[in-house]
Amino acid sequence: MDFLQPTSWADALAVRAERSDAVPIAGGTDVMVDLNFDRRRPGALLDLGRVPELREWTVEDGTGGVGATGGVGGSTVRLGAGVPYSRIIDDLGARLPGLAMAARTVGSPQIRIRGTVGGNLGSASPAGDAHPPLLAAGAVVEVESAARGVRRIPAAEFFTGVKRNALEPDELIAAVLVPEAVGPQQFCKVGTRNAMVIAVSAFACALHPDRRAVGTGIGSAAPTPRRAPEAEEFLAGELESAGLWESRGDLPDGLARAFGERVAAAASPIDDVRGSAAYRRHSLAVMARRSVTWAWAEYQQDLRKAA
Amino acid sequence: MRGRSGHSGPSVSTDAGTRPATTATTTPGRIGDSPLRPDGTLKVTGEFAYASDLWHDDMVWGVTLRSPHPHARIRGIDITEALTVPGVTAVLTADDVPGENAFGLEHADQPVLAVEFVRYEGEPVALVAADHPETARRAAARIRVEYEVLPAVTDPRHAMDDDAPAVHRPGNLVRHLQLRRGDQSVTAPVVVSLDVEVGMQDQAFLGPESGLAVPAEDGGVDLYVATQWLHVDQRQMCLALGMPPEKVRLHLAGVGGAFGGREDLSVHVHASLLALRTGKPVKMSYSREESFFGHVHRHPAWLTYEFGAERDGTLVYARARVLLDGGAYASSTAAVVGNAGTLGLGPYRIPNVAVDAYGVFTNNPPCGAMRGFGCVQAAFAHEALMDELADAVGLDPVTVRQRNGMREGDRNITGQLIDSAAPVAELLQIVADLPLPPQRDADADLRALPGSVGNTTHGEGVVRGVGYAVTYKNIGFSEGFDDYSTARVRLEMTGGEAVATVHTAAAEVGQGLITVEQQICRTELGVERVVVHPKNTAVGSGGSTSASRQTYVTGGAVQAACVAVRDVVLARAAASLGREVSQLRLDGEKIVGASGEVLTGLAEVLGEDAVEETREYRHRPTHAIDPETGQGDAHVQFAFSAHRAVVDVDVELGLVKVVALDTAQDVGKAINPDAVVGQIHGGSAQGMGLALMEEIVVTDGHVRNPSFTDYLIPTILDMPPMQVKVLEYADPHAPYGVRGVGEPPTISSGPAVAAAVRAACGRPLRRVPIRPEHITGT
Ligand SMILES: Cc1cc2nc3c(=O)[nH]c(=O)nc-3n(C[C@H](O)[C@H](O)[C@H](O)COP(=O)(O)OP(=O)(O)OC[C@H]3O[C@@H](n4cnc5c(N)ncnc54)[C@H](O)[C@@H]3O)c2cc1C
Repeated sequence: MDFLQPTSWADALAVRAERSDAVPIAGGTDVMVDLNFDRRRPGALLDLGRVPELREWTVEDGTGGVGATGGVGGSTVRLGAGVPYSRIIDDLGARLPGLAMAARTVGSPQIRIRGTVGGNLGSASPAGDAHPPLLAAGAVVEVESAARGVRRIPAAEFFTGVKRNALEPDELIAAVLVPEAVGPQQFCKVGTRNAMVIAVSAFACALHPDRRAVGTGIGSAAPTPRRAPEAEEFLAGELESAGLWESRGDLPDGLARAFGERVAAAASPIDDVRGSAAYRRHSLAVMARRSVTWAWAEYQQDLRKAA
Repeated sequence: MRGRSGHSGPSVSTDAGTRPATTATTTPGRIGDSPLRPDGTLKVTGEFAYASDLWHDDMVWGVTLRSPHPHARIRGIDITEALTVPGVTAVLTADDVPGENAFGLEHADQPVLAVEFVRYEGEPVALVAADHPETARRAAARIRVEYEVLPAVTDPRHAMDDDAPAVHRPGNLVRHLQLRRGDQSVTAPVVVSLDVEVGMQDQAFLGPESGLAVPAEDGGVDLYVATQWLHVDQRQMCLALGMPPEKVRLHLAGVGGAFGGREDLSVHVHASLLALRTGKPVKMSYSREESFFGHVHRHPAWLTYEFGAERDGTLVYARARVLLDGGAYASSTAAVVGNAGTLGLGPYRIPNVAVDAYGVFTNNPPCGAMRGFGCVQAAFAHEALMDELADAVGLDPVTVRQRNGMREGDRNITGQLIDSAAPVAELLQIVADLPLPPQRDADADLRALPGSVGNTTHGEGVVRGVGYAVTYKNIGFSEGFDDYSTARVRLEMTGGEAVATVHTAAAEVGQGLITVEQQICRTELGVERVVVHPKNTAVGSGGSTSASRQTYVTGGAVQAACVAVRDVVLARAAASLGREVSQLRLDGEKIVGASGEVLTGLAEVLGEDAVEETREYRHRPTHAIDPETGQGDAHVQFAFSAHRAVVDVDVELGLVKVVALDTAQDVGKAINPDAVVGQIHGGSAQGMGLALMEEIVVTDGHVRNPSFTDYLIPTILDMPPMQVKVLEYADPHAPYGVRGVGEPPTISSGPAVAAAVRAACGRPLRRVPIRPEHITGT
């Protein structure tokens, strides 16, 4: 097996185009498991660890062509595909709170130091913890090939099947463009142990008061990570019609619960060794209800702070 | 891990007089001290050489081809293609086993390599040796085995049905233990009953099975291996290899945990066969996944219990039926049934008893020894039922247990006299009186909440529950087994310093036996430097590192050998000093008189000579139980422990945070108090693991989670700090008064946690591990 170590993004793309038998490796926390279990025997490993562009995050101002769901006039974090979870936790807790909360739940300290969002997207597991907050925030995945250049794929379109994504064979993930939070975000993950656990189910939500929208992301409860669009529209509509975006008044009784039920309805979970389909659905309803309650309380709190 | 009370040493000391005045009083690192273990720093820094680190310059690698089917007939095995893979040095099947193709701890019923049938998923079928493990694996994949898949028995509840396929002839019963005591027709005003199910736990030791077999010039083999009992391995290897014991020499390699999972053979015969065939050293090392198929597990159990009691909660009778799934081969199932049957009603006084305990064959993974050995499963049933009884008669869980708790002088359900301390009521009182953890702060860190950083609750749905459990466990081998250990101790001057060398074959598996051996030598011989000889079969059997027995039995052998050495030395000193032997003592490399005055140096007495003595130690004999009534003195010693668990349960999501897991245990005498507390911490964590998460999920005979991704063991965020109270009620029949320590915490912690979860969520929760969906009822 060859071990290829390009030191620039251009070289990495060139190698990717030439070596269709190469498997990219970032933190290696999924790739090495696959190799150890003999699930893959690639002709080469394409190590992205020496590509400086992937290890950085920057803030881009304005609309910047980030895509339909990007923040209106807000800033966007351009998160290099190779930024490890530990840095997301340290650096981005305020700008990308949902993603940082999710990052805190990934594996163990060792895994958080190695593992990356690019790798999470590359694996595209329905249980990948970065996915729900990216969906809720309306993030866009930036991929690139030497032949065709850059493509920007909304996170919601990136996951195409169980552990499959929209990446073409000659493409690499460059970055994720995540609109900076303009409202509260939450992430919840159920596992049967209190650390180092793969999600039995997970849920992320984001309030976007700037565009009076609600974002959601569901993990481990469908063949792919997915949004709950009906729940999003339902909640945003209820908030709108009651004038709550402006008033920041209390949520009407039962609204959070009704939102939770719609989130649960959006899932299509299965029974497996980690949990039953019924429990997954149930837990999503609970997590959605609780997290939106916390998010709303924070939104109310923000006003008091501002006042 | 250490709890906040990690250094809380023994809190009660009743050992006055158990230490003879003949022993050293000034040498550091004696009995009762906590000298550091020599392997501790190495393990923490990653430098300790485990069996998986074994290396030989010309070695080749062995791998095992295993059955993908729970039950199948082997129609044919074609190895020709595998042999053509470059780098392959041998491919072996059942035809290549020179001795008897059979092994087993109690019955040699398991083929070294499958012949005609495979009876469980993962059963070894063929072996490959090659110059690289990857080459060996690829070659193994080219062995063509033609299987005819057969119907499998995978539900042990139907294993004894008339129409169940027979896993072995004549049938699927491994052992039925029938126990009857007292009046069988007695009735009681209060009756409680329940059914409990216990899932299959794994030992989950962190160092997978590994060994290195080196062919020797005499045609024999030297095997370096991680194991629990070198001599029982040797006996089984001799049978399979068709060789006498002199030619099958075993050496203990670095053991990364055991917990019962290394009592049965793993790589032993396989690596030796390959080494003898290739003439080269052969290393075999299982991956984590293979390890799940490479050792026995804790028996899953189905238990039906009924208690009859007076209105004040005093037990009148107990009836119990226990079914253990033994899987495809006997392993130690019969002995586990023995424990579940004779000890399965817990440490209570019960005059009228009927117990039927069964172990059955199925085509599930073989089950055998694991820490707690039959008592763990039973404790979930008798402790849950005790709580039911408490409810039924309006008592609290502590009082009802105390009212029925066994006391010294009682007879247990097999009629055996409890002839040393049985502080059931006291242990319960101690844990009940320990301070409870404070209520959770409103702004508690997420890690203090159920779900932890998963951020699933900020307090919503969280209910606190408290639960109690108490247990007793037999120490040492039972039911008439000739249980002994051997020690050789040598005392000599080396470079002007007195050095004792202690040689036993007793396996150090991480429990700290090496340190205990050193402490005994220092105490008895009064020398500071004690070398622990590598463990091997060049000395007599040390017996098994299981049944919490090594400090007791090998400790007894080391003591006896030391006393024999000391007697020789003191006799010489007495002769040269012209004094009575009884007036002399060894202390700090000196011969001292009755009042501690130094009479001469050890160097002067020993000169150039080495004094060496070998002794065997046997605990008092145990006896078979009566086949009709189950009555008899089955066990030699009993150890008692109690736990109190405090949990916070998110009752809406079914997630649990164990807030406190406090315990009290009688250890007779804490030879090494730090090590005792370490055993109690680890055992408690393992018991809690079974209550909340640890289960090998088997569906239709197939293991669905053979990895640490989905076989979950507790992490530091699952295990709370512990308050540990150690009692020392010396057992007058045991060396230094010791009582086995390792197993009781594993037995009483799980049921206490389960009880606490029940108390919090109000559901019966009759199955462990308790999963989130059991708590939420979804
Ligand atoms: C012990 C352990 C615990 C874990 N716990 C969690 C957990 O709690 N939550 C969770 O979500 N995951 C968990 N994981 C899985 C893993 O850590 C994550 O999926 C992580 O995000 C992978 O990142 P990586 O950089 O290590 O990816 P790698 O293993 O390097 O790569 C993963 C995949 O992505 C591809 N890839 C990587 N970078 C790129 C790129 N720039 N362009 C194109 N393709 C790319 C690779 O080819 C590969 O297919 C755990 C893994 C382990 C071993």
